[in-house]
Amino acid sequence: MKHFISKNTVLGGLVLTLSMSSCIKDLDRQPFNEVTSATVYNDPAAYKQVAAKLYAGMMLTGQQGPAGDDRTKDIKGMDEGFSSYLRNYWYLQVLPTDEAVIAWSDAGLPEINYMKWSSNNAFIRGFYNRVFYQIASCNEFIRETSDAKLNERGVSGTILTETKALRAEARFLRALSYWHALDLFGGNVPFVTENDAVGSAPPKQTNAKSLFEYIESELKAIDGELVEARKNEYARADKAAAWMLLAKLYLNAEAQGQGNRYADAATYAKKVIDAGYSLQTKYEDLFKADNNTSTEVIWALAADGTRSQTWGGMTFLCHAPVGGSMPASAYGIDGGWGGVRVTPSFVKLFADPTGKTDKRAMFYTDGQKLEINELSTFTDGYAMPKFKNVTSAGKVGSNLSHPDTDFPMFRLADAYLIYAEAAARGAGDKALALDYVNKIRARAYGSAAGNITSSELTPDFVLAERARELSWEGSRRTDLIRYGKFTGASYLWAWKGGVKDGAGVQDYLKIFPLPSTDLTANPNLVQNTGY
Amino acid sequence: MMISMYKVFGRTNVRLNLMMLLWACVSITTMAQDITVSGKVQESNGSVLPGVSVLVKGTTRGTQTDADGNFKIAAPSSATLVFSFVGMTSQEVAINNRTQLSVTLQNDNKQLAEVVVIGYGTQRKKDLTGSIASITTADFNKGNIATPDQLVAGKVAGVQITPNGGAPGAGSTIRIRGGASLNASNDPLIVIDGVPLDNTIINGAANPLSLINPNDIESFNILKDASATAIYGSRASNGVIMITTKKGKKGDVMRVNLSTQASVGLKTGLVDVLSGDDFRALVNQYGTATQKSLLGTANTDWQNEIYRAAVSTDNNLSITGAFKNTPYRVSVGYTNQNGILKTSNMGRTSASVGLTPMLLDNHLKIDINVKASSIKNKFANQGAIGAAASFDPTQPVYSGTEAYGGYYEWVNADGKPNTIATRNPLGLLNLTDDRATVNRSIGNAQFDYKFHFLPELRANLNVGYDVSRSDGKKVIPALAASNFSNGGEKTVYTQDRTNKLLDFYLNYVKDLTKDTRIDLMAGYSYQDFMNSTTTITKDEAETKTLNDSPYKTQNTLVSFFGRANLNVQDRYLLTFTLRRDGSSRFAKENRWGTFPSAAFAWKISEMDFLKSSSVISDLKLRVGYGVTGQQDVGQNFAYLARYTPSTATAQQLLGTTYYNTLRAEGYNANIKWEQTVTQNVGLDFAFKKARLSGSIDYYMKNTSDLLNVVPVAAGTNLTNEILSNVGSIENKGLELLLNHNTISREDFTLDLGFNATYNENKITKLTSANDPNYKGVLVGGISGGVGSTIQIHSVGYPASSFFVAQQVYDASGKPVEGVYVDRNGDGKITVDDYYHYKSPAPRVFIGFNAQATYKKLSAGFVLRGNFGNYVYNNILSTNGVLQAFQGANNSLGNVVPNVLTTLFATPQYFSDYYMQNGSFVRMDNAFAGYDLGKIFGGKSTARLSATVQNVFVITKYTGLNPEVSGGIDNNIYPIPRTFTLGLNIGF
Repeated sequence: MKHFISKNTVLGGLVLTLSMSSCIKDLDRQPFNEVTSATVYNDPAAYKQVAAKLYAGMMLTGQQGPAGDDRTKDIKGMDEGFSSYLRNYWYLQVLPTDEAVIAWSDAGLPEINYMKWSSNNAFIRGFYNRVFYQIASCNEFIRETSDAKLNERGVSGTILTETKALRAEARFLRALSYWHALDLFGGNVPFVTENDAVGSAPPKQTNAKSLFEYIESELKAIDGELVEARKNEYARADKAAAWMLLAKLYLNAEAQGQGNRYADAATYAKKVIDAGYSLQTKYEDLFKADNNTSTEVIWALAADGTRSQTWGGMTFLCHAPVGGSMPASAYGIDGGWGGVRVTPSFVKLFADPTGKTDKRAMFYTDGQKLEINELSTFTDGYAMPKFKNVTSAGKVGSNLSHPDTDFPMFRLADAYLIYAEAAARGAGDKALALDYVNKIRARAYGSAAGNITSSELTPDFVLAERARELSWEGSRRTDLIRYGKFTGASYLWAWKGGVKDGAGVQDYLKIFPLPSTDLTANPNLVQNTGY
Repeated sequence: MMISMYKVFGRTNVRLNLMMLLWACVSITTMAQDITVSGKVQESNGSVLPGVSVLVKGTTRGTQTDADGNFKIAAPSSATLVFSFVGMTSQEVAINNRTQLSVTLQNDNKQLAEVVVIGYGTQRKKDLTGSIASITTADFNKGNIATPDQLVAGKVAGVQITPNGGAPGAGSTIRIRGGASLNASNDPLIVIDGVPLDNTIINGAANPLSLINPNDIESFNILKDASATAIYGSRASNGVIMITTKKGKKGDVMRVNLSTQASVGLKTGLVDVLSGDDFRALVNQYGTATQKSLLGTANTDWQNEIYRAAVSTDNNLSITGAFKNTPYRVSVGYTNQNGILKTSNMGRTSASVGLTPMLLDNHLKIDINVKASSIKNKFANQGAIGAAASFDPTQPVYSGTEAYGGYYEWVNADGKPNTIATRNPLGLLNLTDDRATVNRSIGNAQFDYKFHFLPELRANLNVGYDVSRSDGKKVIPALAASNFSNGGEKTVYTQDRTNKLLDFYLNYVKDLTKDTRIDLMAGYSYQDFMNSTTTITKDEAETKTLNDSPYKTQNTLVSFFGRANLNVQDRYLLTFTLRRDGSSRFAKENRWGTFPSAAFAWKISEMDFLKSSSVISDLKLRVGYGVTGQQDVGQNFAYLARYTPSTATAQQLLGTTYYNTLRAEGYNANIKWEQTVTQNVGLDFAFKKARLSGSIDYYMKNTSDLLNVVPVAAGTNLTNEILSNVGSIENKGLELLLNHNTISREDFTLDLGFNATYNENKITKLTSANDPNYKGVLVGGISGGVGSTIQIHSVGYPASSFFVAQQVYDASGKPVEGVYVDRNGDGKITVDDYYHYKSPAPRVFIGFNAQATYKKLSAGFVLRGNFGNYVYNNILSTNGVLQAFQGANNSLGNVVPNVLTTLFATPQYFSDYYMQNGSFVRMDNAFAGYDLGKIFGGKSTARLSATVQNVFVITKYTGLNPEVSGGIDNNIYPIPRTFTLGLNIGF
């Protein structure tokens, strides 16, 4: 009996020990839906899918469209629809200017209109987080596509060629986000590259000068690797996109304390112009559901009603400006959100606001008052249904909630105006500049009636022309800063400074504060002056 | 290993099926002739005992001893008499044809001899060193109770059970001694018959616990302090609730119990909104010409339209008994619960089988439990609740046209629905068909073997499972205004959960000397959780896929644990436990956590100087210390570098191809266990003459390495926020429990119970840097303003403290719109001026219950109160402004009368004006029962009962219900007042 038991006990003990060690191995669980970083690139198709996410990061908000849960959204701790790169960029570039007011009282949003933001502002934090999410994502891709790693994984042939181009595009996207960091946060931001591993120590703070030089060197360095202008796939960046960004970098260099670089701005704008783009025949078609076919657009953020859905991005830009008595169905949407209008100062940039002469005055005035007594009343202020989910042929987009309309990040008219401004500031061929400006004017007026003379081509004229031509395309804040009109009291518009008729504001507001969350998370950071 | 265990299970099952066939042959024992029995009852010291209850066992026939301790009773000659008296051990005496009996009752150690279920074993109640509350059937709340958690609400000190609304099967938020965590789960671990349940949501069920029939439950043992819970290590930081189901007992004759009840639930009130006429007057006074033109002529009370009187039924049948060595219990139940919100319904069919055979000369005790239930839910579109409060009351319910199902809707100029206007509440309800079927089974087989050669040693093997399958389908027709632009919605979803459990332990109990007893246990546990879901959303015609997001995930826990109990002279009790847990949720280096505990109890009443006390019958001092962990962080792979694919609706166009993107995920390779250190000092007491017993406990819980989602230094990770071990939180409190046996007479008894808990919760650290300028983590999303929050986790304050702007009032006491105190004096009103205002958690909560019997009548009630809990009235802040009646895009929306007080034009979401004291006293439950005695010629017994739930609430709070888990009141499914009639028949 005893013998039997001890044998049994030993056997039982053995079984138990074996089972325990196998059970402990069960703790090495692997995910089912996600792919581990160790294995993801075993499939070479993954390179393009990862790169696609970098592009999607400019507009979409997560891995489930239009919105998912905490697991699927990119930016945590924020309503997903508000966390779109484009939407936040638009908020910060357009709302603090004469181009728009917004009716909504979401915490922190009126403060953007009033230029009374603090370092706790959710939208500033949202944009900052987007910028660095994008930079970190680009770093990851650049790290994973180093020559050494591609070689190690045996990537060759067309996939190797394409992956290298995609890597250059990731560097372009990273440079773009760093340029936004330079423009909106004064360049006093944490600096990380592909050499900083995920989970590394809090990075050091850089400054405007170093960041400016870094962006410049990066954009020049990838010039050889990017696909030729107009030769890349749609919605991907090519050489012209990088030139365009360089032109913008140089145009704003002086305002950012980096010296007069207008000549360089003209040079790169000219490279873009000479690459073979042509103006869209009808201005309004640039902002319609089939604008992916435009010959004018250099680089666009692609939206799609069924396959690329988000509540930020173009869904916002097509819905938020519609309200009051505006017929939503005429814009290809299922209803307006009653949010965004323009200020009277913006309307005054047009001699004739009816749109009959200058077609870029796309105001909707029926039931809308010019004056803005109440920010929250949609009918205070003219509406402007510029972005529409309807094709140039009048066909409604594929989904009434989510437009097919793409966002033109860079387009030829912008390059013309950059060149014109540089020339007006004395760094380019003024005759050529006049020709460029009048091309834009002729399209707007449908004739030469709006053409200007050489003497009329002043820097101030270009500023106003940029507002008329590029309204709501995200450059107004930067433009006003370049002209010293964003802060101070030299130029006032409704609700600037939180006052109905506008009030001067202090200069420190030219750049936004670093969000308080990052100051806490990263002890290396020093807040921007004034905040 | 798992497979071989299931084989054992399978074989046993076959044998048991045979046994079940034989049960049908069992007959009912017949009654013998009555004789008169008389006698005397005394204490062990010889003094006579008056007022002792004498009962013929198994009947309601009884008497009491007189002043001299004498009794006389008629009983069958073969019957057994039960003698019971408070403070004494009950005694059963078989008559055996005797007419004269002398009975000596022993001093109360009756309750102390009770056995309490603890983790991996049982313990004699008198040997407990930890803080453990036991509630059994007799003390359960009564009435229309569909989920187990409601059985014990208000009954236990330190345990707060807040119902999550009144939907059929809705669950509760259970907090034991406050929340120990911020981002990780604060729910206690629930263990049913030895199977720990996981916390994950069961899709298609209002609440995972709604799949368990409360009628099958015998007892709740709630382990509160760490010395009791630490044996569950990593999942015990928020306490452990051990639920034991009813079982047959050895030697039982077969008993059949049939219970049936019907109830009706009525709404207790409505959100106060303007009537049609008042609204017309308001718009005519303040509105624009356009708005006035939108007014209708109706007077619709939308809230009345969406609610109804809800009838529910509950029927249960159970058979309990023992067949030879196998006690058994089999039960079936069917519950049909209608919600007061139209279209909501839950139907649950449940069955359970419990077998506890004793084999091998009682050396092998097997405990088999299988519970299965199938629930059919029909979910109402709860958006209708908010819509009913804000839909224009001047509009009719029906438009008179066929569009949008005939419901009146706000439309654009082109006749299409205005997408951001409020939808017709009744349309939302009636045009949403949202159903789910969930089948769940929880089962285990426990083999407890007492070694033949060493009876002090037991081996215990427990294999268990918890599986569920959900199938849900939600259809909104294309004609419904709510989904008009998408062509309706058809969502089909499934979920499969498979959780497996294997526990094994050895237990050695020995009396080392006459006075020293040791109880040693060591074991191993393996638990695996698999969860996979699919969700496919299409339009009604199924022409396009709007969403398709399958997900599957798994996590595993492996544990080793041990416990040592030492009892010296029945006076000094020592307990040590140690658990080592491995969790698949952490990287290899951080995977294992060690959780020790120690406790000491001193039974002062066993000391010589108290032993013969005529005042104190029990006095025990308990001191405990323990460490528990937390790994329920909601993410299974937060430590692992990985990429997530996008769904088909989040693709990116490159060229002419749409790509499913791959996103590199943020991760924190360093996350590890959150740890909670609990200290507890408690005193149990019982006074003989005063008939008072109770306990008092002081506890302190400190959680460190708090798993908190914190901002990442920008650029360093692939996310902006990440789960990290930063911060600490502290809970301290005092618990008091008192039970008083106020009246104890033959035909009249009254028992009172009171419990009170004081809890203080404070965050002591939040970030690794501990920056004094860091305000904290904003939480508590509110309705109105996308992404707006009203609460904050801040150092030095309770978790989720309200974070608001201080309202300025004019001389007449009216709040001034948009004017707040500039608390930091910088001339601007920004978030920097917001301040911490109170907390949604009560400082003090109490429970009071009374239970009386008079002859065959019994009655009682349960009162529950919370004090110091604050509520943000989100309904007032969104609907209490003039802007609210100017609905979105040429529509109108109703407002609350408060707008006439404030006349606020635009929302002032962050004003502390909307903060209200949510303290309340609620009568949860009042019941009466009548014992019909024997019916059907004496073969059966019957009992009638009537219960009212949610009888009344006393509160200063102006909203519908001050009891809001989380403290943000915003259109919550109201809890009905329920009237229930029940009949219980036993034979």
